[in-house]
Amino acid sequence: MTYHAKPKLHHPSLARNAVGLTRRDYEGKVSTLCAGCGHDSISAAIIQACWELDVKPHRVAKLSGIGCSSKTPDYFLRNAHGFNAVHGRMPSVLTGANLANRELLYLGVSGDGDSASIGIGQFVHSIRRGVNMVYIVENNGVYGLTKGQFSATADQGSTSKRGVVNADQPIDLVGLALQLGASYVARGFSGDKQQLVPLIKGAIHHRGAAFIDVISPCVAFNNHAGSTKSYEYVRQHNEAVNRLDVIPCRSEISVEYPEGSVVEVEQHDGSVLRLRKLAAGYDPTDRAAALNLVLAHDSRGEVATGLLFVDSAAHDLHQHLNTTEVPFNRLDAAVLCPGAAALQRINEGLR
Amino acid sequence: MKPTDISKPSYFHKVVDCQWACPAHTPVPEYIRLIASGRYADAYMVNWQSNVFPGILGRTCDRPCEPACRRGRVEENNGEKPEPVAICRLKRVAADLKGDIRARLPRPAASKNGKRIACVGAGPASLTVARDLLPLGYHVTVFEGDAKGGGFMRTQVPRFRLPEEVIDEEVGYILDLGADFRGNTRIDSMKALLGQGYDAVFVGSGAPRGRDLEIPGRAEAAAHIHIGIDWLASVYFGHVSAVGKRVIVLGGGNTAMDCCRSARRLGGDEVKVIVRSGFEEMKASPWEKEDAQHEGIPILNYRVPKAFIHDKGRLTGMSFELVRAEKDARGRRRLVPTGQPDEFHACDEVLVAVGQENAFPWIERDCGIAFDDSGMPVLDPQTFQSSLPQVLFGGDAAFGPKNIIWAVAHGHEAAVSIDKLLNGEPTAERPQPAVEVISQKMGIHEWSYDSDISGDTRHKVPWASAEKTLKSIRVEVELGFDQQTAWKEAQRCLNCDVQTVFTPKLCIECDGCVDVCPMDCISFTANGEEPELRARLSAPALNAAQDLYVSASLPTTRVMVKDEDVCLHCGLCAERCPTGAWDMQKYLFETSKAGPACRTRVPTGEPA
Ligand SMILES: Cc1cc2nc3c(=O)[nH]c(=O)nc-3n(C[C@H](O)[C@H](O)[C@H](O)COP(=O)(O)OP(=O)(O)OC[C@H]3O[C@@H](n4cnc5c(N)ncnc54)[C@H](O)[C@@H]3O)c2cc1C
Ligand SMILES: Cc1ncc(C[n+]2csc(CCOP(=O)(O)OP(=O)(O)O)c2C)c(N)n1
Ligand code: SF4
Ligand code: SF4
Ligand code: SF4
Ligand SMILES: [Mg+2]
Repeated sequence: MTYHAKPKLHHPSLARNAVGLTRRDYEGKVSTLCAGCGHDSISAAIIQACWELDVKPHRVAKLSGIGCSSKTPDYFLRNAHGFNAVHGRMPSVLTGANLANRELLYLGVSGDGDSASIGIGQFVHSIRRGVNMVYIVENNGVYGLTKGQFSATADQGSTSKRGVVNADQPIDLVGLALQLGASYVARGFSGDKQQLVPLIKGAIHHRGAAFIDVISPCVAFNNHAGSTKSYEYVRQHNEAVNRLDVIPCRSEISVEYPEGSVVEVEQHDGSVLRLRKLAAGYDPTDRAAALNLVLAHDSRGEVATGLLFVDSAAHDLHQHLNTTEVPFNRLDAAVLCPGAAALQRINEGLR
Repeated sequence: MKPTDISKPSYFHKVVDCQWACPAHTPVPEYIRLIASGRYADAYMVNWQSNVFPGILGRTCDRPCEPACRRGRVEENNGEKPEPVAICRLKRVAADLKGDIRARLPRPAASKNGKRIACVGAGPASLTVARDLLPLGYHVTVFEGDAKGGGFMRTQVPRFRLPEEVIDEEVGYILDLGADFRGNTRIDSMKALLGQGYDAVFVGSGAPRGRDLEIPGRAEAAAHIHIGIDWLASVYFGHVSAVGKRVIVLGGGNTAMDCCRSARRLGGDEVKVIVRSGFEEMKASPWEKEDAQHEGIPILNYRVPKAFIHDKGRLTGMSFELVRAEKDARGRRRLVPTGQPDEFHACDEVLVAVGQENAFPWIERDCGIAFDDSGMPVLDPQTFQSSLPQVLFGGDAAFGPKNIIWAVAHGHEAAVSIDKLLNGEPTAERPQPAVEVISQKMGIHEWSYDSDISGDTRHKVPWASAEKTLKSIRVEVELGFDQQTAWKEAQRCLNCDVQTVFTPKLCIECDGCVDVCPMDCISFTANGEEPELRARLSAPALNAAQDLYVSASLPTTRVMVKDEDVCLHCGLCAERCPTGAWDMQKYLFETSKAGPACRTRVPTGEPA
């Protein structure tokens, strides 16, 4: 937590991207979270990913609920649209916004409390509807903002800072998202930006519901021995199944890899996800295999990270609903209102 | 890379770029903070300890600290024109606003230690030796050919840059320490001086001879051609009070700049500086050139003087060959004729400021002091001792013409040598600096230094109006910062002495510091060899003159690497760190001066 604003001065060699912005232009206000919070690293990863992809900040809508995690959209992309919804209600607001204007990049930022407790109903429906979005849960296993109560993702048997053992079964949001038909499912760790930034980039390129569970240690309430969401525990139990490179378009691919060590998945927009395999025989396009892998790791006390599943042919909510290409918010009255005669006809048809 | 040894005093000293570059290692950020808090007298005393002449240097210093200042690098690609902190002019603020500080100065020694020192010349080098030794009880006799002390500061630096009261005041502080000052006493025999039984002799006689230009017409037109430094001295002594209407100044150094600006004030309506080299390669400091041009003095470059043209001994002008710079096969710059016809410049008087030389006509070559082929004394570069160990040289007399702050630095070192020598200690063992490290942490985001970073660009020192200053050679051009502007300029200082100190065993590798650092100074990465490591940090570390701070290996086997180059010393890393692995610690570095602190052995009973 810092009182002084971050100085505007930047490194003399700081580069500009294709839309003329430096990485610093993607920052927001100075974070008010506890020093060392994993959430701040996730913000930094979002900033890096958006800068690398030449995202125009004003074409992004960042939405969140309530929680330390849900505060973070204030700390990145200061020139993007933002909406801070009621606790757990971000998915519905995001779905509505997406329906009204399908052209923005929707970034849902939530916490494990916000999404797995109070907002779990909202979470599951936004996923199963295939809303075109990047949905990031900053998962620390506790309600950080309200001072560290166990959340629904806390592992059974893990202990609170005061030594109380959690007896309840955890909700695994990755498993849930896989079952609900999310078409891009990944897990990252706030302490490994090299892995996290490409995962976010791949999700931005993805069409459909892209879900990323990011383990994000809470330094104040969940970084002790006995926690399974601490820096130390996650570092020791992190099993990356693959390493992802996101290549904006196929023509740029030039590096050759040994046979069988790489899987490439082309997304609908021509971008390519190149997965360098770490776990032998793992196919990230196989949903059932992904579920198995996650469960198997879980049973060994390991945390499987990486791009766990991707379906690049997936359809999104707009395709399901067969909406117009022109976003609703740009349709004028003449298009939206077919007139009295048409209404008459519809009414007739219902008699 | 190996973990950085931060216990070595030079590591953090080097981070304080200005102090490192200052020959006398003045603790610059320390005095700038004092100025910011309105403690001008304290700021003055910090300076006085290190550089002896804050009021003089605050107006005239060559300021090697400023090109070194981190602020200049930090502002690169961040605005119109990157500029260092106005370190030198802030020093003047301390001098201007300090009030009466006499009570803070050391008193003349209550009892003498029986050792007698002779200083030849009363320039800044000798005066520094006197200042350092007098309070210790030495009897210091200062012989000066001129009536008053100050050396070239008084007789060469013109009054529109340095008022005489400032010299009187600061020279006075030293002489008042009980110096035995012998004005109007030129030493004409070293042998005779050595015969007077001094325990040590310090030669601070400067580099008093101006180089001449032997080209056709020189002898015939001699009455209208003057050696720059002789002419400036004559101006000071009042022997010269007017100059011809059209004046040519030859040379591209600071002496040339003082000559042309002086001539401009003594009736020279049409004053030109003409140099052999290109404008960029001129030896004069950029600000001196600017000041001259500001006063309407053109600087014509790439012109080699060929002849003084005269009409029966009356100078009418000069002819110049036009040249251009070319690189030869080995990449060295050479001046080659352009082939154009020579250029004629009409003039009434010429001031020759093409260099300065040492001369020691009064030192007999058989008195035991060894000289090299170029006529310079053979000296130990650390102790400043000559081949006669009790005879030391410093200032311009030691290694040729430099500047005031170097003369002061030499003086301090020579005083240390003398003090050790006369206490029976080996002079080659140089004293360690005094180092003090103090954490600045007061609370979660509270520091005992002002960590906020100012976005201001460099503030300009106001000038007196040109019509006023060009009318009289005695009117000072620069007016000095007022309090308000001084405060603002002081805010630009980054407090480079408040060091980022890393404790590896506390770090949990959360990346918080990496994310928050505005300058991308910090990286956690696999260790490697320096050149390769420099290329793959959060931001490339391209300035090899600036060190990398490398930690011991961390639990993930990575290391923390901090590039010191453009760190703002803003403390955000330390505020963001959850474990206190970063701390901001003020690192006060002071060179040891003559006295008990510079001695390695227990005093031999002599009063110190
Ligand atoms: C025109 C000009 C402008 C300058 N401007 C600046 C400036 O703005 N900033 C800066 O930092 N430097 C400047 N310098 C350089 C600076 O003045 C010198 O580097 C500095 O004064 C050297 O100090 P010193 O103690 O070695 O000797 P000096 O200052 O040269 O003093 C030597 C003294 O010794 C006396 N002396 C010599 N021989 C004898 C003898 N045999 N017996 C008795 N007395 C003797 C001389 O009379 C003189 O007073 C300038 C130099 C010149 C020529
Ligand atoms: C409707 C409602 N119920 C309860 C709360 C209290 N509350 C605020 S934040 C929070 C939990 C946040 O947990 P999480 O989403 O994991 O965020 P974190 O702070 O851990 O990042 C709760 C229960 C609230 N603000 N609103
Ligand atoms: S910013 Fe201040 S402390 Fe740093 S080099 Fe410049 S003057 Fe010195
Ligand atoms: S003090 Fe720390 S945060 Fe500030 S610039 Fe230096 S390394 Fe970065
Ligand atoms: S903020 Fe502190 S604990 Fe975190 S990585 Fe930096 S030094 Fe280590
Ligand atoms: Mg939480």
